[in-house]
Amino acid sequence: MTVPSATPPARQSTPQRLIFTLGGFGALAGLLIVVAFTVTQPRIRANKAAALAAAIDEVLGAPDRYDTLYVLDNALSTTLPEGTTADQADAVYYGYHGTTPIGFAVIADGPGFQDRIRLIFGYEPSTKRMLGMKVLESKETPGLGDKIVKDTAFISQFARVEGPVVGVKAGQGKGNPNEIVMITGATISSRSLIKAINATLERVGPLLATYAGEHSQ
Amino acid sequence: MRKPTPPSQELIKGIWRENPVLVQLLGLCPTLAVTNTVKNSLAMSAATTFVLIGSSLLVSSIKKLVPTEVRISTYILIIATFVTIADMVLEATVPDVHKELGAFVALIVVNCIILGRQEAFASKNSVGRSLLDAVGMSIGFTAALTVMGTVRELLGAGTFLGHSVFGPHYEPWVIMVLPPGGFFTLGCLLLVFSWVKRRSAARATTTAAPVAAREAA
Repeated sequence: MTVPSATPPARQSTPQRLIFTLGGFGALAGLLIVVAFTVTQPRIRANKAAALAAAIDEVLGAPDRYDTLYVLDNALSTTLPEGTTADQADAVYYGYHGTTPIGFAVIADGPGFQDRIRLIFGYEPSTKRMLGMKVLESKETPGLGDKIVKDTAFISQFARVEGPVVGVKAGQGKGNPNEIVMITGATISSRSLIKAINATLERVGPLLATYAGEHSQ
Repeated sequence: MRKPTPPSQELIKGIWRENPVLVQLLGLCPTLAVTNTVKNSLAMSAATTFVLIGSSLLVSSIKKLVPTEVRISTYILIIATFVTIADMVLEATVPDVHKELGAFVALIVVNCIILGRQEAFASKNSVGRSLLDAVGMSIGFTAALTVMGTVRELLGAGTFLGHSVFGPHYEPWVIMVLPPGGFFTLGCLLLVFSWVKRRSAARATTTAAPVAAREAA
């Protein structure tokens, strides 16, 4: 004798129904994301442009205007390299007071103690002097490494130092024009920041010098 | 027959009795990672609230349309859509906070609270009840994160929402804004929460015992 089951067996869905359900929700998800992207993207771009403009202002001492130059293999160009967008291209910014060039604002990036450090610095190639520095992104240890963002005495040194920069511990400097006194308790972060600047100068320094030489008054 | 839960209980349970962080111990990744400041805690809570309420509303509305075999995939798709929208809106409206939260906004997709509520509640209940449940859980999550953020920011930086509380002579306990501070604060919070719950339960028992004895007599 067979005992009748208390619950009927679960109805199996057909493959078509499964595909239709997932496909339908996928399409709806895609539509919602595209709408959100279209609505938010102009504001996200504007925010990024405003943050960059503020950083350039800070490191170049409020220029009247600046040109965006894209880094090519052996030169700087005002036109975007083929196949890249403005967001992807490696760019530097050449600032002017009236018609007089001030120098370049250059973005550098390198590994820090916790994560990558992204910064922008001002540089004048004819004197090889830096004009200022601002950290754009850093996740260095709060209270220690994050002094590279907050320590004004450390940051202000970048407004007069010569590049490439040499980091020295407090009290061990020899008074050379290319010395930066590193922050006690944030030596690794200070050194990482200096390394990022020097690596960028080594890569684009000659191009900046050539461009500045060609466009000086 | 089991008595149906009153709708008000669906709202209240998430705040205290079934608090997602302090009782269910879910969503601990954002709880520990982003509560170093009150601002970050509030932004993460707002994003999670938006995703939880949106997903619960949608899942409870479409529960009869989704075959059992693909329900988890469909819920994840819905949750991921809301997370992507929240991510874009945060980046457009509060770019600094968005940068601070980093990958943790995207990680809301895998927050156990969200998928757990869809699977355990929204897929089995009406839209109204699911909304109340989501709102209650969101309030509970927000309360836990805000308390964590307040304690950690006050002790770790001496500020509340960026405003100095203890004055310039306060020496911040930097460890409180570092990961160990998160574990320490959560541990203390769980201890206090558990003590309060046990105390109220004990009080309820002592009040109920004489009444039961009188009734028996």
